Amino acid sequence: MDGDLTKDMKLAKDGVHTPRRHDSAEKQVAGRAAYADDVPEPKALLHVHIVGADIACGTVAPLDLSDIRKAPGVIWIGTADDIPGENNTGPVIHDEEMLAGSETRRGQIHFHGQPLFVIAAETVQQARTAAKRVKLVYTEETPLLTIDDAIAANSLLGEPYRMARGDIDAALATAPHRVQGQIEIGGQEQFYLEGQIAIATPGEDGDMHVISSNQHPSECQLLVAHMLGVPAHAVTIEVRRIGGGFGGKETQGNLMACAAALVARHTGRPAKCRLDRDQDMILTGKRHEARVTYDAGVDADGRILGLRVRQDIRCGWSTDLSHAIADRAMFHADNCYYLPAAEITSYRLRTNTCSNTAFRGFGGPQGMLGAERVVDHIAHQLNRDPLEVRRVNFYALPDGTGDRAVTPYHMTVEDCLIDEIVDELVDTSAYTARRAAIADWNADNPILKKGIALTPVRFGISFTTTHLNQAGALVHLYQDGSVMLNHGGIEMGQGLFVKVAQVAASAFNIDLDRVKITATRTDKVPNTSATAASSGSDMNGMAVDNACAEIRGRLIRFLCENHNVTEAQVEFLPNRVRFGAQEMTFNELAKAAYLARVPLSATGFYATPKISWDRAKGRGRPFYYFAYGAAVSEVVIDTLTGENRLTRVDILHDVGKSLNPAIDLGQVEGGFVQGAGWLTMEELWWDEAGRLRTHAPSTYKIPTASDRPPVMNIRLWEKGMNRELTIKRSKAVGEPPLMLANSVHQAISHAISFCGDAYPDLDAPATPERILGAITRLRA
Amino acid sequence: MSDTICFLLNGEEVKIRDLAPTTTLLNWLRYDRALTGSKEGCAEGDCGACTVAILDGETWRPVCACIQMLGMLHGRSVVTVEGISGPEGDLHPVQAAMAEGHGSQCGFCTPGFVMSLWTEYQTGARPDTARTCDLLAGNLCRCTGYGPILDAASEAFDGPQPAWTVPANCIDVTPLNYTGDGRRWWSPETSDDLAGLVAQNPDATLISGATDVGLWVTKHGFDPEKVIYTGRVADLTQITEQDGRIEIGAGVTYAQAEARIAALAPDFGTLVRRIGGAQVRAAGTIGGNIANGSPIGDTPPALIALGAELVLRHGSDRRTIPLSDFFLEYGQQDRKPGEFVEAIRVPIPDDPARLRCYKVSKRLDQDITAILGCMIIDIVDDHVHAARLAFGGMAGIPKRAAHAEAALIDQPWTRATIEAAMRAMTEDFAPLTDMRASAAYRMQVAQNLLMRYFLEMTEPETATRITEIA
Repeated sequence: MDGDLTKDMKLAKDGVHTPRRHDSAEKQVAGRAAYADDVPEPKALLHVHIVGADIACGTVAPLDLSDIRKAPGVIWIGTADDIPGENNTGPVIHDEEMLAGSETRRGQIHFHGQPLFVIAAETVQQARTAAKRVKLVYTEETPLLTIDDAIAANSLLGEPYRMARGDIDAALATAPHRVQGQIEIGGQEQFYLEGQIAIATPGEDGDMHVISSNQHPSECQLLVAHMLGVPAHAVTIEVRRIGGGFGGKETQGNLMACAAALVARHTGRPAKCRLDRDQDMILTGKRHEARVTYDAGVDADGRILGLRVRQDIRCGWSTDLSHAIADRAMFHADNCYYLPAAEITSYRLRTNTCSNTAFRGFGGPQGMLGAERVVDHIAHQLNRDPLEVRRVNFYALPDGTGDRAVTPYHMTVEDCLIDEIVDELVDTSAYTARRAAIADWNADNPILKKGIALTPVRFGISFTTTHLNQAGALVHLYQDGSVMLNHGGIEMGQGLFVKVAQVAASAFNIDLDRVKITATRTDKVPNTSATAASSGSDMNGMAVDNACAEIRGRLIRFLCENHNVTEAQVEFLPNRVRFGAQEMTFNELAKAAYLARVPLSATGFYATPKISWDRAKGRGRPFYYFAYGAAVSEVVIDTLTGENRLTRVDILHDVGKSLNPAIDLGQVEGGFVQGAGWLTMEELWWDEAGRLRTHAPSTYKIPTASDRPPVMNIRLWEKGMNRELTIKRSKAVGEPPLMLANSVHQAISHAISFCGDAYPDLDAPATPERILGAITRLRA
Repeated sequence: MSDTICFLLNGEEVKIRDLAPTTTLLNWLRYDRALTGSKEGCAEGDCGACTVAILDGETWRPVCACIQMLGMLHGRSVVTVEGISGPEGDLHPVQAAMAEGHGSQCGFCTPGFVMSLWTEYQTGARPDTARTCDLLAGNLCRCTGYGPILDAASEAFDGPQPAWTVPANCIDVTPLNYTGDGRRWWSPETSDDLAGLVAQNPDATLISGATDVGLWVTKHGFDPEKVIYTGRVADLTQITEQDGRIEIGAGVTYAQAEARIAALAPDFGTLVRRIGGAQVRAAGTIGGNIANGSPIGDTPPALIALGAELVLRHGSDRRTIPLSDFFLEYGQQDRKPGEFVEAIRVPIPDDPARLRCYKVSKRLDQDITAILGCMIIDIVDDHVHAARLAFGGMAGIPKRAAHAEAALIDQPWTRATIEAAMRAMTEDFAPLTDMRASAAYRMQVAQNLLMRYFLEMTEPETATRITEIA
C-alpha cells in the first residue's frame, strides 16, 4: 500500500488534493463565526481581572484587600490562599506559580506583570476599576533582564545541553580558514488577533466546563483539574475555533482557564477571564530571544569542516516549553548544511521577564538563522556568492559512498531535496542575473542600496518529545449517510478542519458537505497533544483516516455478508457504492447497515512511526521526515536612515502531495510574512525596570498590507511527494515557511555590504536603527 | 435640543436614553445588541478588527468601533458586518470575494477587513493595489500575508452589483444635550454654541475624533463627567482659502483634508496619508492632532515648517499665534481654561515641492513617528535666504532646529554648509531613548534628513526614497 487510497480513484466533490476553501470562510466574512467572547453571556456571568505585579523582581507583602472588597460590583477576590489544589500553571515542570499574592505570606515576584490575585466583578469595568484601589508593598531586587545579565549571574534553567558529532577540536585546528562571529536575535510576539480568553461554567459534582482559546485542551484540562483538586474527568475543555494561536496558546491560555475556573468554583457562577491586549502582551510568553556564537573551520571553497556553536536562549522566569524549544534551535543549527564535525551547546537562561513560549518554528527559526549567518559570513570572508557556499554544503542523499547525510544528532537525512528545489528556484527567480544587476545599480546609487539573497529551509517534522506524537479521533456515521467527526486538533485558521474533513470525505468518497467537524472537546477525544509542531493534519488526518477505515471495513463486511460479494468487489464510487453488479447510494448503505445493527461509530488513533530520541546521548531519529523550501528576497535600504523595504520575493516550497493546495499556499505566504516581520519591524523593547514597553499594536508593529512585497511569486513544488507514509503523502506546512524569511535578513545584510568592506554583522530584527548602525560601522 | 442619542444602525433607527454617552460603540454592539461580528483586537484603533462604516456626508468611511463613543453617533448612520449581506443572507460581493479567494484564515480580523473593503466598494471604483494597501493599513491580519485580501478588494468588482442597498442617509436630529448614567454630553452644531459651552464648562473634555481620548477611556478607565463633542459643528469642518492661505477648521478630519493638503504640498499629503490607518484618518482631526500637544503628532512639524498660525477662541474672543508658540513644553500648551483651537491658518507655499516631510518609523504605514523632519529652505543667489526646519520626536514638543537654521542662513548652498548645520543640530535637541528609537539614532537621522533635503534639491536624479523603487 502506498498510503494514498485515492490514487487513480474518481473522487466525490472537494475531496483530498483539491483547493477547497476554509470550512468557516462564509461565516467568517459574515461575522457569524463564533469565537469564545461571542458566546452570549449569561446574566450571572462574572468578569475576572488578573492583577499583576508592577515590579520585575522582589517580593510583595501580604495583601491587604479590604478596600477592594468594598469596591462597587466586586463579588469575590481570589489569591494563592484560595486555590484548592495546586497553585501552578507550569505545563511540563511545575515551576510556575499561578497566583503569587497571599493575605498571609509574602509573595515572590519574578517578572513585571506576574499574576498576584484575581478580582471577580459584575462588569469588566468594575473589576478593572477596583484593581486601582490596591496598595501593593514591595521589596524590590535588581532584575536580570538581558542575556548578558543572565550569563553574568549564571542564571540557568537546567543544565546546558550539548549535541556533538566528530572531532570538533581537530577540525577547527586544521581548517584552512576560520570564521567566527555572533548574532543577536530578537524575540517576537505572537499577536494572535483574538486575545487570551476563557469562560468557566460550574456544573454538578464539582464539574467544570471551560471554553478556552487554547491550542492544547488536554493539558489545560489537567492543569485546571490539578488546580481545583479534582480528577481530569470533572473538567471539560471546549474549543470550536481560535482567532490565531501561532504557539501563543499552546500553554499560555491555561492561566486564564484556571483563573476563570477558580472564580466559578468559589462563586458558583460562570466566569469569564478575557485579557485586554496590553495585559495579554505583558503577561504571556513570546518567541525566545537568542544569541548564537559560532566558530567555523572551512576549506577554500567554503565547505564547512567543523562548526562549534553556542546558543544562549532567553527563557524568561519559568521553564514552560523552553527546553524543547531550545532543543529544536539546536536541531536546526545545521539547517541544510552537512557538518562533518559539530558541537552545539545550548544555555537556557532564566531572566526576570515573561516566560517565553512556543511560536511557529519553536526554536527552529533562531537555530536556522544562526546557520544562515554562518554561511553568509563564510561567503563574505572568502569573497564568494553566498549561494555557492550554501550549495557546496548541502546535505547529500545517502548513496553508500559517503556520509554527507548525517546530522549532528546522528540522524541520517534520507529525503534531502534541497539541491533540486534550489536549482529550480535559482532558475525561475533569475537570481544570478538579478544579483549582477543589483551590483551595477548600487554602483550608480549613493544613497539607496539593494540586496538579494537566497536561503533554503529544512525543517524537521515531529514533536521532539516523542510521546507527543499521538492523536485520536472520533467518527460517527449517521443512518442518513452524513458524517460527524471530531479529533484532538484545534482550528486556528490553518485550515486543519477542512483538510481533515477532506480526508474523511475521501475515505467514504462522499461530498465534503456531508461531513461536519465539531468543536474539539476533551470529553470526546481524550489525551490529545497540542496542535503544534506543524503536526495537526499529519496526525489528526491519520487518526481520522484510521477511524473512517474501521467504519468502511464494517460496511464492506456487511455488504459481503449480505450480498454474497467479495471485498474486492466492493467499490466506493462518488456518493455511491458498487458491490458486484449492484449499486446503492452511500446514504442507502448507511441506512441498511444501521438496520442490520452494524456499529457506525469508531475511534481512530495514530502514533507516528519510526521516531526515537535518546536525549541523554544526543542520538536518534527525532523526526519522521523533513519539509523543504527556498526563497529569494530582494530589498532596498536607505543608507541615511536605515529604512528598508522588501521589493520582491520568490518562493518554492515542498508540501509533499498537498492535501489542499489553496490552504497550503495560504500557510506559505502567511508564514513568510510573519517571519519577515520577526526579522525586520517587530521589536520587543523592555525598559531598565523590566517593563515591556511595546505591549500594543501602537508600539509593536506587525506587517501591514503595504509591507507585502509588490512582487511575490509563491509556488508549491510540483514534484512534492512524501517518501514516508504520511496522510495522502502530504507534508506538514504550518511552521517551515516562516523560516523562508531568513532570506529577507540576508538580503538586507547584502545591501549593507555595499557600504564598506567589513562584514555587516547585522543583528535581528533589522530595524532601521540596526541597519543604520551596521552601515555606520562599515563606514567608520 | 435632543436628550436622546439617535442614529441608524444597519438602516434601523436606534434611540439611546440611559447609557453613559462614552460607552464605546463596540461594547454596545457586542454586549447590548449581540452583534458580535465586530471584534475587539486592541481597543485602541490600531488593528481594525472592529471596523464599521459610518456615513460622512456622502461618503462611507471605515472607523474603529472600539474608540467611537455612542454620543458621537448622534445623527449618523452606522453599518456593521451584519448589515451588508442580502435579505436572504446572500453574501455581499466583498464578502464573497474574501471567502472564495481564501482571504480569511483564523477569521478574527476578517469582519474588519470586509467592512473596510465595503466602504471602498461603495465608491463604485475598483481600487488598485496601492489604494487598497492604503485603505487596509489600519487592518492587521496575522495569518494570510495579505495577498488574498488585496486580490479580493479588486475581485469584488468582477461580479454583479448586489441587488440590495443599505440606506445611505443620516437622520435629522437636533443638537444633543444628553445625560446618561450621570454623565453629560453636548453635541453643539455651531462654533458660537461650542464657544459658549466650552467657556461655561472649562472642566469638560473636548472630543472631536476620539482617536486619542478614546484610548484614555479604553486603556486608562477615563470616565469624564462632561464631554463637549465638536464633530457636529458645521462651520469647524470647512477648509477655506483667502489671502494666500488656507484656513482649516479644527474639526476637519485627516480624510477630509488629505486632498487639499496634498495639493498644498505633495510631501505633506503623503505624510497625512501615513497617519494612522484609514479608520483613524476618518475620525481624527488636524485640530485634535495639535490640541493634544503630542511631541510625536505628525501634522505640527509640517505646519510649523509652512509657517502656520493657530486661531484660539474663548467665548467671542479670538487670538492668533504662530503654531510653534502653542507648544510650551511636554504636556503643556498655550491654551487657557475655556479656550479651544478653532482653526489653523496655513500660508500656501509658492512652490509646493519646496516642503519636504520625512517620517521615519519602524513600519512604513500606520506607525508612530520615531523622527519626523519637515523642512523648507529658500535659496536666493545660491545662498540660504530662509530656513524652517521643524522636527517631531526630537524633543518634548514639536520643535524647530534653531541652531541648525542659524548655521544655514546667508551661507552658500553647499554640502559644507549642510554639514555645518548638521553639526549645529546637536545643540538644538537632546532626544530621548525609548521603544521607538535611541537618542543617538534620533540625532543621527535628524542630521541625515537635512542631508537628504540637500540632495533632493541639488541632485534630483539621485534616488532617495525607498518607496519609489520598483
